[in-house]
Amino acid sequence: MAPGERMGLLRWWLIFLLLLLPLGVLLEGLLTNELGADPAKYIVKELGFWAICWLWLTLAVTPARKFLGWRWLTRYRRMFGLYTFFYAVLHLLAFATFLVGWRWDILLTELTKRPYIVVGSLALLLLLPLALTSTQGMQRRLGKRWKKLHTLIYPVSLLVLLHFVWQIRSDFLQQLIFAFLLAILLGYRLYLKRCS
Amino acid sequence: MDRYSRGKTHPIKSSEITPESVYRERRRFMQAALSVAAIPMVGLPSLADAADYDIPADLPRYKGPQWLQPKLADALRNSALSTRETLAPYYHAITHNNFYEFGTDKRDPVRYAQKFKTDPWKVEISGEVARPGNYDLEDILAPHALEDRVYRLRCVEAWSMVIPWLGFPLADLIKRFEPTTKAKYVQFTTILDKEQMSEQRSSFGTIDWPYVEGLRMDEAMNPLTLMAVGMYGNALPPQNGAPLRLVVPWKYGFKSIKSIVRIHFSETMPETSWNITAPDEYGFYANVNPEVDHPRWTQATERRLPSGLLTPNIIDTLPFNGYADQVAHLYKGMDLTKWF
Repeated sequence: MAPGERMGLLRWWLIFLLLLLPLGVLLEGLLTNELGADPAKYIVKELGFWAICWLWLTLAVTPARKFLGWRWLTRYRRMFGLYTFFYAVLHLLAFATFLVGWRWDILLTELTKRPYIVVGSLALLLLLPLALTSTQGMQRRLGKRWKKLHTLIYPVSLLVLLHFVWQIRSDFLQQLIFAFLLAILLGYRLYLKRCS
Repeated sequence: MDRYSRGKTHPIKSSEITPESVYRERRRFMQAALSVAAIPMVGLPSLADAADYDIPADLPRYKGPQWLQPKLADALRNSALSTRETLAPYYHAITHNNFYEFGTDKRDPVRYAQKFKTDPWKVEISGEVARPGNYDLEDILAPHALEDRVYRLRCVEAWSMVIPWLGFPLADLIKRFEPTTKAKYVQFTTILDKEQMSEQRSSFGTIDWPYVEGLRMDEAMNPLTLMAVGMYGNALPPQNGAPLRLVVPWKYGFKSIKSIVRIHFSETMPETSWNITAPDEYGFYANVNPEVDHPRWTQATERRLPSGLLTPNIIDTLPFNGYADQVAHLYKGMDLTKWF
Protein backbone atom coordinates (compact mmCIF):
# COMPACT_ATOMS: atom_id res chain seq x y z
CA MET A 1 0.00 0.00 0.00
CA ALA A 2 1.41 3.37 -1.00
CA PRO A 3 1.74 5.97 1.77
CA GLY A 4 -0.84 8.16 0.08
CA GLU A 5 -3.28 5.30 -0.05
CA ARG A 6 -2.68 4.46 3.58
CA MET A 7 -3.34 8.08 4.54
CA GLY A 8 -6.54 7.95 2.52
CA LEU A 9 -7.66 4.79 4.27
CA LEU A 10 -6.83 6.31 7.66
CA ARG A 11 -8.84 9.39 6.83
CA TRP A 12 -11.75 7.25 5.64
CA TRP A 13 -11.86 5.41 8.95
CA LEU A 14 -11.44 8.60 10.93
CA ILE A 15 -14.44 10.17 9.24
CA PHE A 16 -16.42 6.93 9.46
CA LEU A 17 -15.90 6.78 13.23
CA LEU A 18 -16.51 10.49 13.69
CA LEU A 19 -19.99 10.19 12.22
CA LEU A 20 -20.64 7.16 14.39
CA LEU A 21 -19.59 9.04 17.51
CA PRO A 22 -23.00 10.60 18.41
CA LEU A 23 -24.51 7.12 18.45
CA GLY A 24 -21.67 5.94 20.66
CA VAL A 25 -22.20 8.82 23.06
CA LEU A 26 -25.91 8.00 23.18
CA LEU A 27 -25.23 4.34 23.93
CA GLU A 28 -22.73 5.27 26.61
CA GLY A 29 -25.31 7.58 28.19
CA LEU A 30 -27.90 4.83 28.06
CA LEU A 31 -25.62 2.29 29.71
CA THR A 32 -24.58 4.70 32.46
CA ASN A 33 -28.17 5.93 32.89
CA GLU A 34 -27.38 9.55 32.15
CA LEU A 35 -30.13 10.36 29.68
CA GLY A 36 -32.44 11.90 32.26
CA ALA A 37 -35.87 10.91 33.51
CA ASP A 38 -37.26 10.21 30.03
CA PRO A 39 -34.47 8.51 28.06
CA ALA A 40 -36.94 7.36 25.37
CA LYS A 41 -37.79 10.88 24.29
CA TYR A 42 -34.20 12.00 24.55
CA ILE A 43 -32.88 9.22 22.30
CA VAL A 44 -35.52 9.86 19.64
CA LYS A 45 -34.72 13.57 19.65
CA GLU A 46 -30.96 13.08 19.48
CA LEU A 47 -31.09 10.57 16.62
CA GLY A 48 -33.26 12.95 14.62
CA PHE A 49 -30.94 15.84 15.35
CA TRP A 50 -27.89 13.95 14.07
CA ALA A 51 -29.73 12.74 10.98
CA ILE A 52 -30.32 16.41 10.16
CA CYS A 53 -26.68 17.27 10.82
CA TRP A 54 -25.43 14.57 8.45
CA LEU A 55 -27.95 15.56 5.78
CA TRP A 56 -26.74 19.14 5.92
CA LEU A 57 -23.17 17.82 5.79
CA THR A 58 -23.98 15.81 2.66
CA LEU A 59 -25.37 18.94 1.06
CA ALA A 60 -22.26 20.88 2.06
CA VAL A 61 -19.93 18.71 -0.03
CA THR A 62 -20.55 20.43 -3.34
CA PRO A 63 -20.28 24.02 -2.05
CA ALA A 64 -17.17 23.06 -0.07
CA ARG A 65 -15.55 21.63 -3.17
CA LYS A 66 -16.40 24.50 -5.44
CA PHE A 67 -15.99 27.31 -2.98
CA LEU A 68 -13.16 26.09 -0.79
CA GLY A 69 -11.56 23.74 -3.30
CA TRP A 70 -11.89 20.70 -1.01
CA ARG A 71 -11.96 18.12 -3.79
CA TRP A 72 -11.17 15.29 -1.37
CA LEU A 73 -14.47 15.73 0.45
CA THR A 74 -16.40 14.37 -2.55
CA ARG A 75 -15.04 10.90 -1.81
CA TYR A 76 -17.01 10.85 1.42
CA ARG A 77 -20.32 12.17 0.17
CA ARG A 78 -21.84 8.72 -0.16
CA MET A 79 -20.80 7.92 3.40
CA PHE A 80 -22.44 11.13 4.65
CA GLY A 81 -25.60 10.31 2.76
CA LEU A 82 -25.75 6.76 4.05
CA TYR A 83 -25.14 7.93 7.60
CA THR A 84 -28.04 10.37 7.19
CA PHE A 85 -30.24 7.44 6.18
CA PHE A 86 -28.88 5.30 9.02
CA TYR A 87 -29.62 7.88 11.74
CA ALA A 88 -33.02 8.67 10.21
CA VAL A 89 -33.97 4.98 10.23
CA LEU A 90 -32.80 4.64 13.85
CA HIS A 91 -34.79 7.79 14.67
CA LEU A 92 -37.96 6.19 13.30
CA LEU A 93 -37.26 2.83 14.94
CA ALA A 94 -36.61 4.52 18.29
CA PHE A 95 -39.86 6.46 17.95
CA ALA A 96 -41.86 3.33 17.09
CA THR A 97 -40.25 1.23 19.81
CA PHE A 98 -39.54 3.53 22.75
CA LEU A 99 -42.43 5.99 22.41
CA VAL A 100 -45.16 3.99 20.69
CA GLY A 101 -44.21 0.47 21.77
CA TRP A 102 -45.18 -0.79 18.29
CA ARG A 103 -48.82 -0.23 19.03
CA TRP A 104 -50.13 -0.25 15.48
CA ASP A 105 -53.24 1.75 16.30
CA ILE A 106 -51.14 4.60 17.68
CA LEU A 107 -48.48 4.29 15.00
CA LEU A 108 -51.05 4.47 12.23
CA THR A 109 -52.70 7.62 13.57
CA GLU A 110 -49.35 9.25 14.29
CA LEU A 111 -48.01 8.50 10.80
CA THR A 112 -51.13 9.82 9.09
CA LYS A 113 -52.53 12.51 11.35
CA ARG A 114 -49.64 14.49 12.77
CA PRO A 115 -48.43 16.86 10.07
CA TYR A 116 -44.82 16.92 11.31
CA ILE A 117 -44.63 13.14 11.45
CA VAL A 118 -46.19 12.86 7.98
CA VAL A 119 -43.53 15.07 6.40
CA GLY A 120 -40.80 13.33 8.39
CA SER A 121 -41.91 9.91 7.15
CA LEU A 122 -42.19 11.21 3.62
CA ALA A 123 -38.61 12.48 3.81
CA LEU A 124 -37.41 9.09 5.02
CA LEU A 125 -39.39 7.34 2.30
CA LEU A 126 -37.74 9.52 -0.34
CA LEU A 127 -34.32 8.80 1.15
CA LEU A 128 -34.84 5.08 0.66
CA PRO A 129 -34.30 4.95 -3.13
CA LEU A 130 -31.24 7.15 -2.70
CA ALA A 131 -29.75 4.75 -0.16
CA LEU A 132 -30.60 1.73 -2.32
CA THR A 133 -28.95 3.23 -5.41
CA SER A 134 -25.88 4.44 -3.59
CA THR A 135 -23.57 1.69 -4.85
CA GLN A 136 -21.15 2.25 -7.73
CA GLY A 137 -22.85 -0.56 -9.65
CA MET A 138 -26.20 1.17 -9.45
CA GLN A 139 -24.61 4.47 -10.38
CA ARG A 140 -23.15 2.88 -13.52
CA ARG A 141 -26.34 1.12 -14.41
CA LEU A 142 -28.55 4.18 -13.99
CA GLY A 143 -26.13 6.53 -15.77
CA LYS A 144 -27.69 9.95 -16.29
CA ARG A 145 -30.85 8.96 -14.46
CA TRP A 146 -28.83 8.39 -11.27
CA LYS A 147 -27.95 12.04 -11.01
CA LYS A 148 -31.54 13.03 -11.64
CA LEU A 149 -32.81 10.60 -9.02
CA HIS A 150 -30.39 11.93 -6.44
CA THR A 151 -31.62 15.50 -6.83
CA LEU A 152 -34.42 14.17 -4.58
CA ILE A 153 -32.11 15.19 -1.77
CA TYR A 154 -33.25 18.80 -2.23
CA PRO A 155 -36.96 18.24 -1.59
CA VAL A 156 -35.97 15.83 1.18
CA SER A 157 -33.97 18.55 2.91
CA LEU A 158 -36.92 20.94 2.74
CA LEU A 159 -39.27 18.31 4.17
CA VAL A 160 -36.79 17.62 6.95
CA LEU A 161 -36.55 21.32 7.77
CA LEU A 162 -40.34 21.50 7.92
CA HIS A 163 -40.39 18.42 10.17
CA PHE A 164 -37.93 20.18 12.46
CA VAL A 165 -39.62 23.60 12.43
CA TRP A 166 -43.04 22.09 13.18
CA GLN A 167 -41.78 20.89 16.51
CA ILE A 168 -40.91 24.30 17.88
CA ARG A 169 -42.74 24.92 21.12
CA SER A 170 -41.28 28.21 22.17
CA ASP A 171 -37.59 28.65 21.34
CA PHE A 172 -36.66 28.64 17.67
CA LEU A 173 -32.93 29.45 17.73
CA GLN A 174 -31.81 25.97 16.69
CA GLN A 175 -34.28 25.76 13.84
CA LEU A 176 -33.30 29.24 12.72
CA ILE A 177 -29.65 28.22 12.47
CA PHE A 178 -30.48 25.09 10.47
CA ALA A 179 -32.80 27.03 8.16
CA PHE A 180 -30.11 29.64 7.60
CA LEU A 181 -27.51 26.99 6.76
CA LEU A 182 -29.89 25.23 4.38
CA ALA A 183 -30.66 28.54 2.67
CA ILE A 184 -26.93 28.94 2.01
CA LEU A 185 -26.47 25.33 0.85
CA LEU A 186 -29.42 25.38 -1.54
CA GLY A 187 -29.05 29.04 -2.47
CA TYR A 188 -25.50 28.39 -3.61
CA ARG A 189 -26.78 25.79 -6.04
CA LEU A 190 -29.37 28.17 -7.47
CA TYR A 191 -26.61 30.72 -7.88
CA LEU A 192 -24.42 28.22 -9.74
CA LYS A 193 -27.31 27.30 -11.98
CA ARG A 194 -27.92 30.90 -12.89
CA CYS A 195 -24.27 31.46 -13.66
CA SER A 196 -23.97 28.45 -15.94
CA MET B 1 -39.54 -4.20 44.23
CA ASP B 2 -37.39 -1.17 43.81
CA ARG B 3 -36.89 1.36 46.51
CA TYR B 4 -38.98 4.02 44.80
CA SER B 5 -42.29 2.26 44.81
CA ARG B 6 -44.43 2.16 47.85
CA GLY B 7 -45.87 -1.29 47.80
CA LYS B 8 -47.91 -0.95 44.65
CA THR B 9 -47.22 -2.58 41.33
CA HIS B 10 -44.48 -0.65 39.65
CA PRO B 11 -44.83 -0.04 35.91
CA ILE B 12 -41.21 -1.02 35.29
CA LYS B 13 -39.92 -4.48 35.83
CA SER B 14 -37.12 -4.56 38.33
CA SER B 15 -35.01 -6.26 35.67
CA GLU B 16 -35.09 -3.05 33.70
CA ILE B 17 -33.53 -1.05 36.47
CA THR B 18 -29.86 -1.29 37.11
CA PRO B 19 -29.46 -0.35 40.74
CA GLU B 20 -25.79 0.46 40.40
CA SER B 21 -26.24 2.76 37.45
CA VAL B 22 -29.20 4.46 39.04
CA TYR B 23 -27.01 5.04 42.01
CA ARG B 24 -24.26 6.46 39.83
CA GLU B 25 -26.75 8.66 38.08
CA ARG B 26 -27.84 10.12 41.38
CA ARG B 27 -24.26 10.72 42.36
CA ARG B 28 -23.75 12.60 39.13
CA PHE B 29 -26.94 14.55 39.60
CA MET B 30 -25.83 15.55 43.07
CA GLN B 31 -22.43 16.64 41.88
CA ALA B 32 -24.00 18.71 39.13
CA ALA B 33 -26.51 20.26 41.48
CA LEU B 34 -23.96 20.96 44.18
CA SER B 35 -21.66 22.67 41.77
CA VAL B 36 -24.21 25.41 41.23
CA ALA B 37 -25.57 25.90 44.69
CA ALA B 38 -25.32 24.91 48.27
CA ILE B 39 -28.54 22.99 48.59
CA PRO B 40 -29.83 22.34 52.05
CA MET B 41 -29.00 18.67 52.07
CA VAL B 42 -29.97 17.66 55.53
CA GLY B 43 -33.70 17.42 55.52
CA LEU B 44 -35.82 16.49 58.42
CA PRO B 45 -35.75 12.71 58.53
CA SER B 46 -38.69 12.59 60.86
CA LEU B 47 -40.71 14.64 58.39
CA ALA B 48 -39.91 12.35 55.50
CA ASP B 49 -40.77 9.37 57.66
CA ALA B 50 -44.00 10.88 58.80
CA ALA B 51 -45.07 11.52 55.22
CA ASP B 52 -43.77 8.12 54.18
CA TYR B 53 -41.72 9.31 51.22
CA ASP B 54 -38.63 7.33 50.44
CA ILE B 55 -36.33 10.02 49.11
CA PRO B 56 -32.92 8.58 48.25
CA ALA B 57 -30.30 9.99 50.59
CA ASP B 58 -28.17 11.33 47.76
CA LEU B 59 -30.91 13.43 46.18
CA PRO B 60 -31.41 16.99 47.42
CA ARG B 61 -34.31 17.74 49.73
CA TYR B 62 -35.71 21.22 49.78
CA LYS B 63 -36.47 22.46 53.25
CA GLY B 64 -37.89 25.84 52.30
CA PRO B 65 -37.83 28.85 54.62
CA GLN B 66 -37.82 28.32 58.37
CA TRP B 67 -41.42 29.44 58.84
CA LEU B 68 -42.67 26.89 56.33
CA GLN B 69 -41.07 23.81 57.85
CA PRO B 70 -43.52 23.14 60.68
CA LYS B 71 -46.40 23.51 58.24
CA LEU B 72 -44.83 20.98 55.88
CA ALA B 73 -44.24 18.61 58.77
CA ASP B 74 -47.86 18.88 59.93
CA ALA B 75 -49.37 18.14 56.52
CA LEU B 76 -51.90 15.32 56.53
CA ARG B 77 -52.77 13.05 53.66
CA ASN B 78 -56.12 13.80 52.05
CA SER B 79 -56.99 10.24 51.08
CA ALA B 80 -60.36 11.10 49.59
CA LEU B 81 -58.79 13.27 46.90
CA SER B 82 -55.64 11.20 46.36
CA THR B 83 -55.04 8.60 43.70
CA ARG B 84 -53.57 5.28 44.78
CA GLU B 85 -51.52 4.85 41.64
CA THR B 86 -47.77 4.36 41.92
CA LEU B 87 -45.89 7.58 42.58
CA ALA B 88 -43.31 8.87 40.15
CA PRO B 89 -39.90 8.39 41.72
CA TYR B 90 -38.74 11.62 43.36
CA TYR B 91 -35.79 11.67 40.97
CA HIS B 92 -38.12 11.81 37.97
CA ALA B 93 -40.31 14.51 39.47
CA ILE B 94 -37.41 16.86 40.21
CA THR B 95 -35.37 16.32 37.04
CA HIS B 96 -38.03 16.25 34.32
CA ASN B 97 -39.62 19.67 34.20
CA ASN B 98 -41.15 22.07 31.76
CA PHE B 99 -40.29 25.46 33.22
CA TYR B 100 -39.38 27.39 30.08
CA GLU B 101 -38.11 30.40 32.00
CA PHE B 102 -35.06 28.26 32.78
CA GLY B 103 -34.75 26.68 29.31
CA THR B 104 -36.80 24.53 26.98
CA ASP B 105 -35.08 21.19 27.54
CA LYS B 106 -36.65 19.02 30.24
CA ARG B 107 -33.35 18.96 32.09
CA ASP B 108 -32.69 22.71 31.93
CA PRO B 109 -34.77 23.67 34.97
CA VAL B 110 -32.96 21.33 37.36
CA ARG B 111 -29.64 22.57 35.97
CA TYR B 112 -30.34 26.27 36.01
CA ALA B 113 -32.89 26.88 38.78
CA GLN B 114 -30.90 25.79 41.82
CA LYS B 115 -29.81 29.34 42.67
CA PHE B 116 -33.27 30.77 42.08
CA LYS B 117 -34.18 32.98 45.04
CA THR B 118 -37.59 31.97 46.42
CA ASP B 119 -37.47 33.57 49.86
CA PRO B 120 -38.53 36.22 50.79
CA TRP B 121 -41.44 36.17 48.34
CA LYS B 122 -44.31 38.55 47.81
CA VAL B 123 -47.64 37.95 46.13
CA GLU B 124 -49.82 40.72 44.78
CA ILE B 125 -53.56 40.31 45.13
CA SER B 126 -55.36 42.65 42.75
CA GLY B 127 -58.44 43.40 40.70
CA GLU B 128 -62.04 42.74 41.71
CA VAL B 129 -61.32 41.95 45.32
CA ALA B 130 -62.12 43.60 48.64
CA ARG B 131 -58.65 43.20 50.10
CA PRO B 132 -56.08 43.87 47.40
CA GLY B 133 -52.44 44.41 48.32
CA ASN B 134 -48.92 43.13 48.40
CA TYR B 135 -48.56 40.30 50.86
CA ASP B 136 -45.62 38.30 52.13
CA LEU B 137 -46.00 34.66 51.22
CA GLU B 138 -45.74 33.83 54.91
CA ASP B 139 -48.78 35.97 55.66
CA ILE B 140 -50.71 34.49 52.77
CA LEU B 141 -50.07 30.99 54.04
CA ALA B 142 -50.46 31.75 57.75
CA PRO B 143 -54.06 30.63 58.28
CA HIS B 144 -53.89 27.57 56.02
CA ALA B 145 -53.01 24.04 57.09
CA LEU B 146 -51.29 22.00 54.41
CA GLU B 147 -52.63 18.80 52.95
CA ASP B 148 -50.81 16.01 51.20
CA ARG B 149 -52.54 15.08 47.95
CA VAL B 150 -51.43 12.57 45.34
CA TYR B 151 -52.52 13.79 41.92
CA ARG B 152 -52.05 12.65 38.36
CA LEU B 153 -50.18 15.22 36.27
CA ARG B 154 -50.85 15.01 32.54
CA CYS B 155 -48.62 17.07 30.25
CA VAL B 156 -50.00 18.23 26.91
CA GLU B 157 -46.96 16.53 25.36
CA ALA B 158 -48.61 13.18 26.22
CA TRP B 159 -46.47 12.10 29.17
CA SER B 160 -47.73 11.89 32.72
CA MET B 161 -46.57 11.38 36.30
CA VAL B 162 -48.18 10.80 39.68
CA ILE B 163 -46.98 13.35 42.22
CA PRO B 164 -47.70 13.93 45.92
CA TRP B 165 -48.19 17.65 46.47
CA LEU B 166 -48.34 19.60 49.72
CA GLY B 167 -50.73 22.49 49.53
CA PHE B 168 -54.12 23.93 50.38
CA PRO B 169 -57.28 24.57 48.37
CA LEU B 170 -57.15 27.72 46.27
CA ALA B 171 -60.78 28.26 47.27
CA ASP B 172 -59.71 28.88 50.89
CA LEU B 173 -57.26 31.53 49.79
CA ILE B 174 -59.74 33.22 47.48
CA LYS B 175 -62.42 33.45 50.17
CA ARG B 176 -60.02 35.28 52.49
CA PHE B 177 -59.45 38.09 50.03
CA GLU B 178 -63.16 38.54 49.36
CA PRO B 179 -63.60 38.84 45.62
CA THR B 180 -66.43 41.13 44.50
CA THR B 181 -69.43 39.92 42.51
CA LYS B 182 -67.65 41.14 39.38
CA ALA B 183 -64.87 38.60 39.82
CA LYS B 184 -65.55 35.96 37.15
CA TYR B 185 -61.98 34.87 36.45
CA VAL B 186 -58.65 34.57 38.24
CA GLN B 187 -55.39 35.30 36.47
CA PHE B 188 -52.00 34.18 37.75
CA THR B 189 -48.61 35.60 36.85
CA THR B 190 -45.16 34.02 37.18
CA ILE B 191 -42.26 36.14 38.35
CA LEU B 192 -40.50 38.22 35.69
CA ASP B 193 -36.81 38.15 36.49
CA LYS B 194 -34.45 38.30 33.54
CA GLU B 195 -31.45 38.22 35.83
CA GLN B 196 -32.34 34.81 37.18
CA MET B 197 -34.30 33.29 34.30
CA SER B 198 -32.22 32.85 31.18
CA GLU B 199 -35.03 32.10 28.75
CA GLN B 200 -36.71 35.41 29.62
CA ARG B 201 -33.63 37.08 28.10
CA SER B 202 -33.72 34.97 24.92
CA SER B 203 -34.40 36.72 21.64
CA PHE B 204 -35.69 33.53 20.05
CA GLY B 205 -38.54 32.64 22.34
CA THR B 206 -42.16 32.99 21.32
CA ILE B 207 -43.62 33.42 24.80
CA ASP B 208 -44.22 36.98 25.91
CA TRP B 209 -42.92 36.91 29.49
CA PRO B 210 -44.01 36.87 32.22
CA TYR B 211 -45.97 33.63 31.94
CA VAL B 212 -49.66 34.10 32.66
CA GLU B 213 -52.45 31.61 33.24
CA GLY B 214 -56.05 31.79 34.28
CA LEU B 215 -59.08 29.93 35.57
CA ARG B 216 -62.77 30.58 35.60
CA MET B 217 -63.94 31.39 39.13
CA ASP B 218 -65.85 28.10 39.58
CA GLU B 219 -62.77 26.16 38.44
CA ALA B 220 -60.64 28.08 40.91
CA MET B 221 -63.11 27.34 43.70
CA ASN B 222 -63.27 23.60 42.94
CA PRO B 223 -61.98 21.57 45.90
CA LEU B 224 -59.40 19.84 43.67
CA THR B 225 -57.65 23.09 42.74
CA LEU B 226 -54.57 23.31 44.90
CA MET B 227 -52.01 25.95 45.77
CA ALA B 228 -48.90 23.89 46.30
CA VAL B 229 -45.84 24.81 48.36
CA GLY B 230 -44.31 21.36 48.64
CA MET B 231 -44.04 17.85 47.27
CA TYR B 232 -42.86 14.48 48.54
CA GLY B 233 -43.07 15.76 52.11
CA ASN B 234 -40.65 18.62 51.47
CA ALA B 235 -40.77 22.16 50.13
CA LEU B 236 -41.10 22.63 46.37
CA PRO B 237 -37.81 22.50 44.50
CA PRO B 238 -37.24 25.67 42.44
CA GLN B 239 -37.52 23.72 39.19
CA ASN B 240 -40.99 22.58 40.25
CA GLY B 241 -42.26 26.10 40.78
CA ALA B 242 -41.15 27.17 44.25
CA PRO B 243 -42.27 28.79 46.38
CA LEU B 244 -45.92 28.84 45.27
CA ARG B 245 -47.52 27.08 42.32
CA LEU B 246 -50.95 26.13 41.12
CA VAL B 247 -52.00 22.51 40.60
CA VAL B 248 -55.12 21.87 38.52
CA PRO B 249 -55.08 18.10 38.06
CA TRP B 250 -57.85 17.79 35.43
CA LYS B 251 -56.09 20.21 33.06
CA TYR B 252 -52.89 19.86 31.05
CA GLY B 253 -49.77 20.65 33.03
CA PHE B 254 -49.16 24.06 31.50
CA LYS B 255 -52.21 25.44 33.33
CA SER B 256 -50.49 24.69 36.64
CA ILE B 257 -48.49 27.90 36.67
CA LYS B 258 -45.27 28.05 38.69
CA SER B 259 -43.61 30.62 40.96
CA ILE B 260 -46.66 32.86 41.27
CA VAL B 261 -46.22 36.55 42.16
CA ARG B 262 -49.65 37.89 41.24
CA ILE B 263 -53.24 36.73 41.60
CA HIS B 264 -55.63 39.00 39.76
CA PHE B 265 -59.42 38.87 39.74
CA SER B 266 -61.24 40.09 36.66
CA GLU B 267 -64.63 40.24 35.03
CA THR B 268 -63.34 39.17 31.61
CA MET B 269 -61.49 36.04 30.50
CA PRO B 270 -57.79 36.69 31.03
CA GLU B 271 -55.10 36.05 28.45
CA THR B 272 -52.96 32.97 28.95
CA SER B 273 -49.40 32.53 27.68
CA TRP B 274 -49.78 29.46 25.48
CA ASN B 275 -53.07 30.69 24.10
CA ILE B 276 -51.39 33.93 23.02
CA THR B 277 -48.45 32.03 21.50
CA ALA B 278 -50.43 29.40 19.57
CA PRO B 279 -54.20 29.87 19.89
CA ASP B 280 -55.05 26.99 17.55
CA GLU B 281 -53.02 24.59 19.71
CA TYR B 282 -53.76 25.77 23.23
CA GLY B 283 -57.15 26.88 24.44
CA PHE B 284 -58.07 28.69 27.64
CA TYR B 285 -59.62 25.62 29.24
CA ALA B 286 -56.98 22.98 28.39
CA ASN B 287 -59.02 20.24 30.04
CA VAL B 288 -57.43 16.84 29.56
CA ASN B 289 -59.56 15.31 26.83
CA PRO B 290 -58.74 12.06 24.99
CA GLU B 291 -61.31 12.99 22.34
CA VAL B 292 -59.64 16.21 21.25
CA ASP B 293 -56.14 15.84 19.85
CA HIS B 294 -53.49 18.50 19.95
CA PRO B 295 -52.21 19.02 16.38
CA ARG B 296 -48.86 17.56 17.39
CA TRP B 297 -49.66 15.07 20.12
CA THR B 298 -52.30 12.43 20.43
CA GLN B 299 -54.28 12.92 23.58
CA ALA B 300 -55.95 9.51 23.48
CA THR B 301 -53.02 7.87 25.24
CA GLU B 302 -50.15 8.97 27.44
CA ARG B 303 -46.77 7.63 28.53
CA ARG B 304 -46.73 7.35 32.31
CA LEU B 305 -43.25 8.11 33.56
CA PRO B 306 -41.06 6.28 34.39
CA SER B 307 -41.43 4.53 31.07
CA GLY B 308 -39.36 1.50 30.10
CA LEU B 309 -37.50 1.70 26.80
CA LEU B 310 -38.71 -1.62 25.45
CA THR B 311 -41.98 -1.60 27.35
CA PRO B 312 -43.19 1.99 27.14
CA ASN B 313 -45.74 2.52 29.84
CA ILE B 314 -48.59 3.62 27.57
CA ILE B 315 -51.99 4.05 29.18
CA ASP B 316 -55.30 5.40 27.97
CA THR B 317 -55.93 9.01 28.87
CA LEU B 318 -59.09 9.53 30.88
CA PRO B 319 -61.56 12.39 30.35
CA PHE B 320 -60.59 15.24 32.68
CA ASN B 321 -57.53 13.18 33.56
CA GLY B 322 -59.68 10.84 35.62
CA TYR B 323 -61.36 13.62 37.62
CA ALA B 324 -64.60 13.73 35.59
CA ASP B 325 -66.75 12.93 38.65
CA GLN B 326 -65.51 16.04 40.42
CA VAL B 327 -65.35 18.52 37.52
CA ALA B 328 -67.38 17.42 34.47
CA HIS B 329 -70.39 19.40 35.74
CA LEU B 330 -68.42 22.63 35.35
CA TYR B 331 -68.53 22.25 31.58
CA LYS B 332 -72.08 21.03 31.13
CA GLY B 333 -73.53 22.12 27.82
CA MET B 334 -70.19 23.36 26.48
CA ASP B 335 -68.81 22.07 23.19
CA LEU B 336 -65.44 20.86 24.39
CA THR B 337 -64.02 20.61 20.88
CA LYS B 338 -64.59 24.32 20.57
CA TRP B 339 -63.71 25.24 24.16
CA PHE B 340 -60.59 23.04 24.23
